Amino acid sequence: MKMTGGQIICESLQKEGVDVIFGILGGAILPLYDTLPQYPKLHHVLTRHEQGAAHAAEGYARATGKVGVCFATSGPGATNLVTGIANAYLDSSPMVAITGQVARPFIGKDAFQEVDITGITLPITKHNYLVLEAGSLAKTVKEAFYLARTGRPGPVLIDVPKDVFVEETEFHYPTKIDLPGYKPTLKGHPSQIKKAAKLINEAKHPLIIAGRGVIISGAYAELKQLAETAQIPVVTTLLGISCFSENHILSFGMLGMHGMAHANMAVNAADLVIAVGMRFDDRATSRVSGFAPNARIIHIDIDPAEIGKNVRVDVPIVGDVKVVLNELNKLITPAQHVDWFKQLDDWRKEHPSTEIRDSGKLLPQFVVRQIYEATGGEATVVTGVGQNQMWAAQYYCYNKPNTLISSGGLGTMGFGLPAAIGAKIGSPNTPVWCIDGDGSFQMNIQELATAAQERAAVKIAILNNGFLGMVRQWQELFYEKRYVATPLSGPDFVKVAEAYGISAIRVKRTEEVVPAIERAIAEPGPFLIDFVVEPEENVYPMVAPGAALHEIIEAPVKEVAMWQRRSTP
Amino acid sequence: MATTQHTLVALVEDKPGVLNRMASLFRRRGFNIDSIAVGHCEVPHLSRMTIVVNGSTTVVEQVRKQLDKIIDVIRVSEINAEDAVNRELALIKVKANSTTRSEIMQIVDIFRANIIDVSADSLTVEVTGDEDKIDSLYDLLRAFGIKELARTGRLAMARGGSNSLRPEKES
Ligand SMILES: Cc1ncc(C[n+]2csc(CCOP(=O)(O)OP(=O)(O)O)c2C)c(N)n1
Repeated sequence: MKMTGGQIICESLQKEGVDVIFGILGGAILPLYDTLPQYPKLHHVLTRHEQGAAHAAEGYARATGKVGVCFATSGPGATNLVTGIANAYLDSSPMVAITGQVARPFIGKDAFQEVDITGITLPITKHNYLVLEAGSLAKTVKEAFYLARTGRPGPVLIDVPKDVFVEETEFHYPTKIDLPGYKPTLKGHPSQIKKAAKLINEAKHPLIIAGRGVIISGAYAELKQLAETAQIPVVTTLLGISCFSENHILSFGMLGMHGMAHANMAVNAADLVIAVGMRFDDRATSRVSGFAPNARIIHIDIDPAEIGKNVRVDVPIVGDVKVVLNELNKLITPAQHVDWFKQLDDWRKEHPSTEIRDSGKLLPQFVVRQIYEATGGEATVVTGVGQNQMWAAQYYCYNKPNTLISSGGLGTMGFGLPAAIGAKIGSPNTPVWCIDGDGSFQMNIQELATAAQERAAVKIAILNNGFLGMVRQWQELFYEKRYVATPLSGPDFVKVAEAYGISAIRVKRTEEVVPAIERAIAEPGPFLIDFVVEPEENVYPMVAPGAALHEIIEAPVKEVAMWQRRSTP
Repeated sequence: MATTQHTLVALVEDKPGVLNRMASLFRRRGFNIDSIAVGHCEVPHLSRMTIVVNGSTTVVEQVRKQLDKIIDVIRVSEINAEDAVNRELALIKVKANSTTRSEIMQIVDIFRANIIDVSADSLTVEVTGDEDKIDSLYDLLRAFGIKELARTGRLAMARGGSNSLRPEKES
């Protein structure tokens, strides 16, 4: 049957199981939008900025495990997607972005709203396409989804000239993929797995560092089995959080720049590091030359290029984490590491990293902790970037798989709200909390309109410290407190929310925190709480840039602990 | 770590933008590329690239893996210098007059190079060989004055009957 390019795209999206698209239209993509009413199963969410569309698509993708889809028009529409695409690239999130392009006769002429978006996004996409004939659209969409979700997932962009959307051709959705240059390795090499098992079975102080790869491949049970069988403590990267229940006795929290002191000390003391689905990001390793100095390293990752990129690896295993762990687990003998755990527990006791001091002031850490208590850890937490992000990582206890969505690799302020909206739309029955900073929130504050229009019941907790807080912290610690350009005089967030039709309250005192959170939970729609928190609170522990992971700056004042993250076993 | 020259051979889709993808990768990751030569190969719709890269073994391994990640790159292999034939072609336009011409022609002869164009004040020399040979000829001709130099960059092929780009084993 003959169809237009626009229809072919919609048909293909449906074949790929797409049900939501985030985007904003414009001249070049108008013909595609014009076909949308023929496809009522494709729900279009109109964001208020294309960056919001890309982040929402990523939030949707990360919450559901499906490919997130966004649309934008040519020129500024396409360039506005760029930050969101880069974010998805660095965090390995599956996404397909479809952009309108000027009509074929205008390409290369600097036509109105023409930019070379395939050129621009070349280093931040897994692959991209400029489709010059309707006849190759179906194949392209099929490939794009396949590339986006398989192997190491990532964003794929399809740029479609305006006249290709209206060109008519026969529609056949291909059944096969023919990509000779793309063959992700899923199964780990048996002899490497054997070597790894030997090291694990012989180790005295083994440590698992688990990353987002565990979540992407859904290897929760396999990871748990490995840890439990061989009695290996588990620390995670920021993006690995929630791949292993933080309530588990073998969980030792997050490592890295703002990781738990005991987690970083464990890396320093380990004689074997089993790195699972993580990529040795510098925020996780700190100074590479001082990283895990006593350990042999097993690295399991689906992306061969990650092996040996940042740290030397003794046993590389390229493959899907779930598949590899499954094989590895067959070779693991049960073990006990009593002394090792005693050491780790001592460190945890001596260096409590998530105590909340009793200050009488409204502390951001306390707010996060109360959100955890009130939601029982059932919520999906989506964060901004900065201190709010670190506190959300440290003070919420992630017991349920895949419950933290945060911009790790790119560290994109403004990610929180749109990603939370996408996550909520993707998983309407899961409570979604956006824990954000007053600076980050303002970078995509316009998406309040999207939340209101979609009735997306995101609960927004702004940790309002009146500063670009994380940068202020660096200024305090490393620039002699010269607070250049970090103080923010924010708007009245309650009024702003209300102007968008979203209920909101302000909280200034500790005793108002719990009632406010309960009210937010009770509210059927979106809700915003402006928590006016202690302005100059710092995130601890901290490893200064350039320091080794165990050179930890801990909170200077040790007041009485109000609440312990978990009772020490 | 010691940096040495390595030769990579890549089979890539003959599609617009492929060269751009590869060049962008080299630039972005700061890889030090000495030369790239591109042309058709025995398989239709595929091009073959010979990339000469300078770096330590780990860096070159990163280059290879990163190239392999490009979807349009079908296969990349490193070619071991000892087991390969390497050739480059150069065109050298050298200043020449009635007194120097015969001397230049003698040198060209010794190198088994060819003179492919002659004018009143120049000779254009075509030379094929490995880089060392071309470098030495160039050095000798420099004394006469070089007007122009064009080099193709290295082409490489494994010795013996097997294909240089044997399918890679699963890593
Ligand atoms: C788009 C973008 N611009 C700048 C930065 C640099 N940066 C990192 S954290 C931060 C401050 C964030 O402030 P806020 O959102 O208020 O969060 P807080 O740290 O106070 O919790 C800034 C400016 C960034 N990460 N992203």
